[in-house]
Amino acid sequence: MMGPFVPDLISNELNLVIAFLLGTGFGVTLEQAGFSSSRKLAGVFYGYDFTVLRVFFTAAVTAMSGTLLLGYFGLLDLDVIFVNPTWLAPAIVGGAIMGAGFILGGYCPGTSLCAAVIGKVDAMFFVLGGAIGVFGFGELYPLYKGFYESTSLGDIKVFDSLGMSQGLFAFLLIVVAVTAFAVTTLIEKKVAGGAGPSSEFKTKRHVAAGAALLAVGLVLLVLPDRKTSMIARASDPAFLAAHPAEKMDIDELAYRLVDRDPRVQVVDIRPPEAFARQSLPGAKNLPIRQFFGHDAMAVLSPRHVKKVIVGETEAEEHAASRLMIDLGYENAVVLKGGFAAFQAAYLGAEPPAPVEGLSRWAADVTRFRTQARGDILQMIASAKAEAPKAPKPQKKIAGGC
Amino acid sequence: MQTKYMNPYLAGFFLGLVLLATIFITGRGLGASGAVKSVVVASVAAAAPEHAARSAFYGPYVAPGAEHPLKAWLVFEVLGVMLGAYFSGLAAGRLRLVTEAGPRVSRRWVRWVFAAVGGALFGIGAQFARGCTSGAALSGMAVLSTAGFVTMMAIFGTGYLLAFFARRLWI
Repeated sequence: MMGPFVPDLISNELNLVIAFLLGTGFGVTLEQAGFSSSRKLAGVFYGYDFTVLRVFFTAAVTAMSGTLLLGYFGLLDLDVIFVNPTWLAPAIVGGAIMGAGFILGGYCPGTSLCAAVIGKVDAMFFVLGGAIGVFGFGELYPLYKGFYESTSLGDIKVFDSLGMSQGLFAFLLIVVAVTAFAVTTLIEKKVAGGAGPSSEFKTKRHVAAGAALLAVGLVLLVLPDRKTSMIARASDPAFLAAHPAEKMDIDELAYRLVDRDPRVQVVDIRPPEAFARQSLPGAKNLPIRQFFGHDAMAVLSPRHVKKVIVGETEAEEHAASRLMIDLGYENAVVLKGGFAAFQAAYLGAEPPAPVEGLSRWAADVTRFRTQARGDILQMIASAKAEAPKAPKPQKKIAGGC
Repeated sequence: MQTKYMNPYLAGFFLGLVLLATIFITGRGLGASGAVKSVVVASVAAAAPEHAARSAFYGPYVAPGAEHPLKAWLVFEVLGVMLGAYFSGLAAGRLRLVTEAGPRVSRRWVRWVFAAVGGALFGIGAQFARGCTSGAALSGMAVLSTAGFVTMMAIFGTGYLLAFFARRLWI
């Protein structure tokens, strides 16, 4: 079982029921934390109550650590989950407007809803104001549509933006969180004296919890991402030298393609753009990072079908075949010389160059190639005509506010 | 009898687990402002359908073939949030019609006006940033999105910058 379960295992309707249940948990924890009180929320800006920072930061590092650990153990496909895309300038401006709203209004949208349902009249006004704000934004949308859509950077990750590894960033974030917890508790004791919530903290337990969190950070620092580490291991030249792959030469593949052999499946590991330009008849495009997902299983699992791996280079193909074996699939062979060799012999605009040598065999091969080239090009053309569809976009979950 | 709030670290830990479960099961994060947007879109579509269809902002949600704007993940999630908060408040004895304000705010309507203005700013800002404190900042940080961290720093940075000028509201 590998998460997430939407959309493969959970339908849209069931997903709405799950949304309601998870929302209930969200509401209970927000209210229990004291986020239904604007004075408590505003305390973070004046130093008399750092509840917001404590809850927010703890929740963020808990969810982040859990996500990374589940990804490492192969229980959650991190390449599929929704990563909030970055529109840099609108994110900064929007955040600044929200910051002003926070200090004036004393709530954010989620907390205002929690506060409104337990009877906070100021929160009801905040919710009403929020709806008016969205309406105003919608009515004047054409004025700033250009800005709204500017500086789009896609779903980039923060550690890439900062040029560090995922593990190092996670570790540093946890260090910052624990430091902030300690420093703000000292500030709160100064500002609020015995009135702040920290006056009731049991020091020993909190120090122990902080140490445990730092230990999690250390684990994240040394744990590589499972996909990356498995690919790195399978691509290691020394490892590959010790584990030679079964190979198929281009003429055998061409023969089997022309023969429409049902026990051969071409697995093309090149990037989707290269695959879209030209690919072999019946080939399935499966870049190496997609070997881990649900979609790969359908292609790779039939045991009696030979999976012929086609890539830019033989080394890449070899690594992919080792990765398949590591993932529990079998019957993988690599194409000698990679896609380029096959392309040169069978897919060029010109008929193939005669094979060197004077033997009878060389003449046979040349004749075969010339014939098979026509058949294969025709198979490719008719496959294109039958299914004029673009390659299926990679599954990605929609989300966001 | 009003009970105390939960230890904030423990509450944060539970909140983190709820968010983790959300990411694990559904592949997306939590949110709040998106539901407000859905309600606004649905209201505009009901009151002025032609206007909504022409608008670049509402249009995509009311286009033929689109799901009803209220049949959205965040709408159902927020209904759950309200129910959960209500029962939590009930269990803790915190159900009371009351206006909370800083000690120097003597008139309730002053607090109400500022709350509404703050809400409106949040509504506008959350559109630009594609999410609020929950949807953009918290959920974004959990999946290590650059936008999540940028939005979080912008929200709290601006809050601290303006805190001095708004101090009469709170202390």
